[in-house]
Amino acid sequence: MIEEIGTTEQGDLVVNLGPQHPSTHGVLHLVITISGETIKKVEPHLGYIHRSIEKMCESLSYRQFIYVTSRMDYLSSHINNHGCALCVEKGMQIEVPARAKVIRVLMDELTRLASHQLWWGAMAMDVGALTPFFHAFRERETINEIMEETCGARLTMNYMVPGGVMADLHPNFQKRVKAFISFFRDKINEYDELVTGNVIFRSRMEGVGYLSPESAVAYGCTGPTARGSGVSCDIRKLYPYEVYGQLQFDEVTATGGDCFARYMVRMQEMRQSVSIIEQLIDNIPEGDFQAKTKAVLKLPKGEFYSRVETARGEFGVFIISEGGTTPYRIKFRSPGFSNLSALDHMARGYKIGDLVAIMGTLDLVIPDIDR
Amino acid sequence: MLSIENITRSIDAWLNRTFSPTVALLLEALIVGLGVISLFAVLGLVLVLMERKVSAYMQIRLGPNRVGPGGTLQTVADTLKLAMKEGLTPDGADKFLFNLAPFLVIVVAMLILAPVAFAKGTQIWDVNIGVLYISAVSSLSVIGILMAGWASNNKYSLLGAMRSGAQIVSYELSAGLSVISIVVLTGSLRISDIIASQQDGWWLFKGHIPAIISFIIFIIAVTAETNRAPFDLAEAESELTAGFHTEYSGMRFALFFLAEYVNIFIVCAIGATLFLGGWMPLHIGHWEGFNRVMDFIPSSLWFMGKTFILIFVIMWFRWTFPRLRIDQLLNLEWKYLLPISMVNLLLMTLIAIKGWHF
Repeated sequence: MIEEIGTTEQGDLVVNLGPQHPSTHGVLHLVITISGETIKKVEPHLGYIHRSIEKMCESLSYRQFIYVTSRMDYLSSHINNHGCALCVEKGMQIEVPARAKVIRVLMDELTRLASHQLWWGAMAMDVGALTPFFHAFRERETINEIMEETCGARLTMNYMVPGGVMADLHPNFQKRVKAFISFFRDKINEYDELVTGNVIFRSRMEGVGYLSPESAVAYGCTGPTARGSGVSCDIRKLYPYEVYGQLQFDEVTATGGDCFARYMVRMQEMRQSVSIIEQLIDNIPEGDFQAKTKAVLKLPKGEFYSRVETARGEFGVFIISEGGTTPYRIKFRSPGFSNLSALDHMARGYKIGDLVAIMGTLDLVIPDIDR
Repeated sequence: MLSIENITRSIDAWLNRTFSPTVALLLEALIVGLGVISLFAVLGLVLVLMERKVSAYMQIRLGPNRVGPGGTLQTVADTLKLAMKEGLTPDGADKFLFNLAPFLVIVVAMLILAPVAFAKGTQIWDVNIGVLYISAVSSLSVIGILMAGWASNNKYSLLGAMRSGAQIVSYELSAGLSVISIVVLTGSLRISDIIASQQDGWWLFKGHIPAIISFIIFIIAVTAETNRAPFDLAEAESELTAGFHTEYSGMRFALFFLAEYVNIFIVCAIGATLFLGGWMPLHIGHWEGFNRVMDFIPSSLWFMGKTFILIFVIMWFRWTFPRLRIDQLLNLEWKYLLPISMVNLLLMTLIAIKGWHF
C-alpha cells in the first residue's frame, strides 16, 4: 500500500483522492499516481462503509434479510429486493401471481429511471456543470413521490417480499405514472439539449476512458459499462425474469467503449424504460398481489442463485441453505465492485479531469461496492 | 444636475482651500482608498448575492431567502460568519507566503481599479497608459495564486495553482490582443480618450465584424483569466476539491472569494469601457429625440448597467457549461483564440488605417 507518501521513486506525485472528496460520491478512496496531470495508476481502497451485510444476513430470516439489501445499492433498492425475493421464491418454488409480476417490473423500471436521472445529474456535475443536477432531481422527485404513495418509502423501499409485493398499488398509481411519463418524454429531450449536444461536454467524453469489449468481459463489467463497449449483457434479455420475456424493448449497446458511449447507453436506457412502463401501465392484471406463503419460510437444503439487472449491471444473489430458517451463507454479486475494478485500466494515461469523468460514467454507488 | 463629478470637484476645491497642497493630496488619497475598500465590500456582497440568485433562477430553486427581505442580507451574514471563523494555517505550510497570498490577490484587484472610469469625470487615476497599466497589473494576480498553492503544502492546491498559472499566462495574450485592437482604432491608451472616441457609437457597433470578434474573444479570455467556469480549472471543485484555496479558511478565504468577484466586476467594467462605450449613453445616428432621452439617464447608471449585463453573461456561462480539461483549455487558447485574434488585429489595423470604421 502506498499511502501518505508524497512521491514515488520516479518522482511522480501520489494523491489521495477521497475518502472525502466531492466527486467520489461517497467514501471511495482512490490513491492516484500522477505525473503532472497524467494518471499513471489508480488504486481504489475500499472498506470505509463496509457493514458486513452478507454476514448479517446469515442471522436474519428469509423474510428479513431482504430489507438489508435495500441499503446496498440504495439507488436500485427495488431491484436488489427483487433479486433476493426471486432467489427465495426459486428455493421455495413459490408461484408469484401475475399482478405482482407486473407490479415488480413497473417498480424496477421506475427505479432504473430514477437511478439514471440521478446519474445524469451527477455525471454533468462531475464534468463541471452544476445546473443539470437540479433538473435531474426535479424529475426524480416525481418518481419518489409515486414510490412514496405505494411503498411508503422514498429510498429504502423494502416493497418486494417473497411471493409478491408487500401491498397493493395505490389507487393513484396509474394516473400519476402516466402523468409522469408524458412529462418525462419532453424532459429527456431537454436533457439532450442541455448536456448531450454541448461541445465542451462532447469533447470531455468522446475518446476518453476507452474500455475494449475484451477487457470489459475480463474485468467482469456488466450493465451500461459493458454495454457501452458493445458487450451484450442485459439480464432482462438474456435470462428474462418476471414478464420481461413478453415485453417489447431493445437491449441498448454502443460500440464506442468510451465515456460518451456509456453515457449514450444510459440515455437510451431511460427511453427504453419509459417504453416498458408505457406497455405495462394499462395492462396490470387483476388478482392477488402476493402469493399465499407460510409464516416462516424454510429453504430446502441446497444452493440457489438468481440474477437481476439493476441500473448498474448484473446483481446476483447466491444462497446456500442448510434447510433452516436462516441462510447458511449469502453472497451478493454487486455490479459496482466489478465495474470499479476496471477503473485503473480505463484511467491510465488520461488526465485527472478524465478520471472524474470516467468514474462518473461507471455510476458508482459506494455501499454497493463495500457491503 | 447633481453629478458625481461636481461632488468630487467641490471636495477637491475645499481640501485645497483648507490645507496645503501636499496634505490635500494625501487626504484625497486616503478618501479614495477608503472609497475603494467600501466599494469592494459592497461589490462583494452584491455580486455574491447576484450569483446565488442567478444560479437559483437557472436551477429551478429560490436561492437565499431567509436573512433579510428576499434574502438580501444573506451575504452580510455569511461575511460575518467568515470574519468570526478561525483562520487556520496548516502544518508544514510556508507561513509567511501562506498569509501574504490572499492580500496580494486583493491588492492586485484594487490596483486595477485605478484607471476605471465609473461615470462621467469619475476616475481615480486617468493615466496616459491606462490600458497597458491594466494588462500589466492584472497579470500579477497569478503570483498570488501560485504563492497560495505552493505555500499551502497541499497537493490539490499545488495542482490548482499550476493549472492557474498556465491558464492565466496563456489567456492574457488573447485578452491583450483584443484590447489592443480597440487601442488601434482609438489611437490612445488613455481610458478617457477611449470612452470619448465612442461618443457617436460604441466600438462594438462601429468596428465592423473584427470588433465583434475581438469582443467575443475578450469575454472568453477574461472568463478564463478570472478562473470562472467553464475555465475554473484552478478550483475545479469535482477534481481538486477547491484547488489553490483548499487550505484557506476564515477571512483569508473570504479575501480570495472577494477578489474573484471583484475581478469579475473589473474585467466586465473594462469590457464595457472598451467595447460598449463606458459611461457613454446609447446614441443612434440622427435620432435626436431618442438620443436626448438617453442623455437623461445618469452616466454612472449607464456604466453600471453595461457592466452588470456583462457580469450576468459571465455568470450565465458558469451555470450552463461543463468544465474544460487542462489540455483542451490550452488548445483552445494557443490553437484557436490566439491565431484568430492575431489575424483579427491585422484586419482591425487595416480598417483603422483606411478609416473604414464608422
